[in-house]
Amino acid sequence: MHIIVLIKFVPDLVEEMEIDDSRTALDRTFMRLIPSEQDEHALEQALLLNERLGGTVSVVTLDTGDVDETLFTAVASGADRVIKIIGEGFEAGINNHAASAVLYEALKDVGFDLILTGTQAVDDLDGSVGPLLAARLDLPYVGYITGITQEDGKIVVRKEYPGGLIAEMEVSLPAVIGIQAAEEAPRYVVTSLVMEAMKTATIEELDVEAVDGSGAVGIERMYLPEPSERAEMIDGDVDQVADALVALFQERGLI
Amino acid sequence: MSQDIWVVVEALRGDVSEISYTMLAAGRALADGLGGKLIVLLLGHKAEAMASTLGAADEVHYVEHASLAEFTPDAYQRVIARLIKEDPPRAALFGHSSMGMDVVCSIGIRLGAPLITYCQTLDVEDGVPRYISLTCGGKVLAGGELPAPTCLVTIVPGGYKPEDGKKEGAPEVTQFAPPAVLDDLKVNLKGYIEPEVGEVDVTKEAILVSVGRGIQQQDNLKLAEELASAMGGAVSASRPIVDQGWLPTSRLIGKSGMSVKPRLYLPLGISGAPEHMEGVTDFETMIAINTDERAPIFDIAQYGATVDVLDLLPVLIEKVKDAKSG
Repeated sequence: MHIIVLIKFVPDLVEEMEIDDSRTALDRTFMRLIPSEQDEHALEQALLLNERLGGTVSVVTLDTGDVDETLFTAVASGADRVIKIIGEGFEAGINNHAASAVLYEALKDVGFDLILTGTQAVDDLDGSVGPLLAARLDLPYVGYITGITQEDGKIVVRKEYPGGLIAEMEVSLPAVIGIQAAEEAPRYVVTSLVMEAMKTATIEELDVEAVDGSGAVGIERMYLPEPSERAEMIDGDVDQVADALVALFQERGLI
Repeated sequence: MSQDIWVVVEALRGDVSEISYTMLAAGRALADGLGGKLIVLLLGHKAEAMASTLGAADEVHYVEHASLAEFTPDAYQRVIARLIKEDPPRAALFGHSSMGMDVVCSIGIRLGAPLITYCQTLDVEDGVPRYISLTCGGKVLAGGELPAPTCLVTIVPGGYKPEDGKKEGAPEVTQFAPPAVLDDLKVNLKGYIEPEVGEVDVTKEAILVSVGRGIQQQDNLKLAEELASAMGGAVSASRPIVDQGWLPTSRLIGKSGMSVKPRLYLPLGISGAPEHMEGVTDFETMIAINTDERAPIFDIAQYGATVDVLDLLPVLIEKVKDAKSG
């Protein structure tokens, strides 16, 4: 199976989010971007399918800056090709409608069986890249997927619903699938293998000209929520906190 | 330009989902503010009876076809796209869910209709409908207008009480034959797989010690187990723990997992992202432990501390045991 994995780089939520001077977007000046977690699961799922069924795995990302290490890590994990798409304005941040339009230009004449990407990313506001791209390519899309098998030239996906219920759906290929979680946790790759990939592998570059990415609703104002009623914080060291918790438990008849 | 608001109701195996009622509450307020009608779009097979819980709406447009008996993305997006195209509402509300998010992007692209997702509340100001959406795990809010003439919106829980969208009485039901061709579907449902019945049913536990990324390693889970055991509760988890395979999905609290209403919810090393907190639909006491003082969990918990979970647990376990025996 020829599988394409899409990786999007997103803010690291461990950091504080800051709003830029226009008050309509995140301030990306000092932002450290990391690969979207669900996209890493999508890569893992692609590698698992590749191991079971044979084929190729190609990783594609928009060059939003500092993407190379992630791509070399993908090679070290088993990806066959890694491609970064260069374009104007990517570093400043683009929405999913624009990103999917860029990916459409890059992929519309490429042969593949499956595109895997995360179901959602933490900075999504205008839908997600996977289903937007699927619509542009006129391909079926199913999201929230936690397992994929192949059957009679189609795939069967396991789709998550609330409460842990799973729906099994059969999907014709080619298709775009939104991964919620891979069947196994993303594999760890030792640094020495990544270093080796940096020496031996090539990141292919693709230029895409400006595209029409309209479709996202405009943002008039982006802001941080006012903590309305924050938790009463318990100060002190571990002993003091533990004592306070026990007192609360007792007060509320929990122990 | 229509001022009608559509709600695309979701049903799973014959039950209307909770998010549908949140959407109806949001939609009712919006339709009233704009002077339009609130119309429910219901797709299904022999499913007219579901209309009886949709009293908050003015009309139900019901599309009947065997291929619509259960949700599949291809069939549903074809039908919904065609209906919106033929009679465009001011806004169409979808659940931000495994169903809604499978179809809304496709419908938006095919119709050239603008889309905003993760919407928590909708308002009308000077006759213009406006949205407020969450992003970045709930740490950032975005607001603006819903573009005319037609805008697609996905709704997340939390901005409205589902009860406000639940009204008895069946609104007028008009049946439509599917306007789109429903053969050669690219996605077909094979069947459902019931969740594993774990040895623990977190929905029945009064005390939940809930672990997130802050627990750091699988080995540390035993500390959480010990605390839960000492308190007569059980361990539950957020997404990352279950994705790593450290706990079964039966322990997952959140959008794709279980919904709980415990007496005590103790999130340890959990940031409090909306997808997780959706699963805690009610609680008596919540005490959150997270080294990040800006974690969204502290907006919901009544008490909190920023000590490290791994340092706290051994000490807390001993003190709980002492308190119980003393």
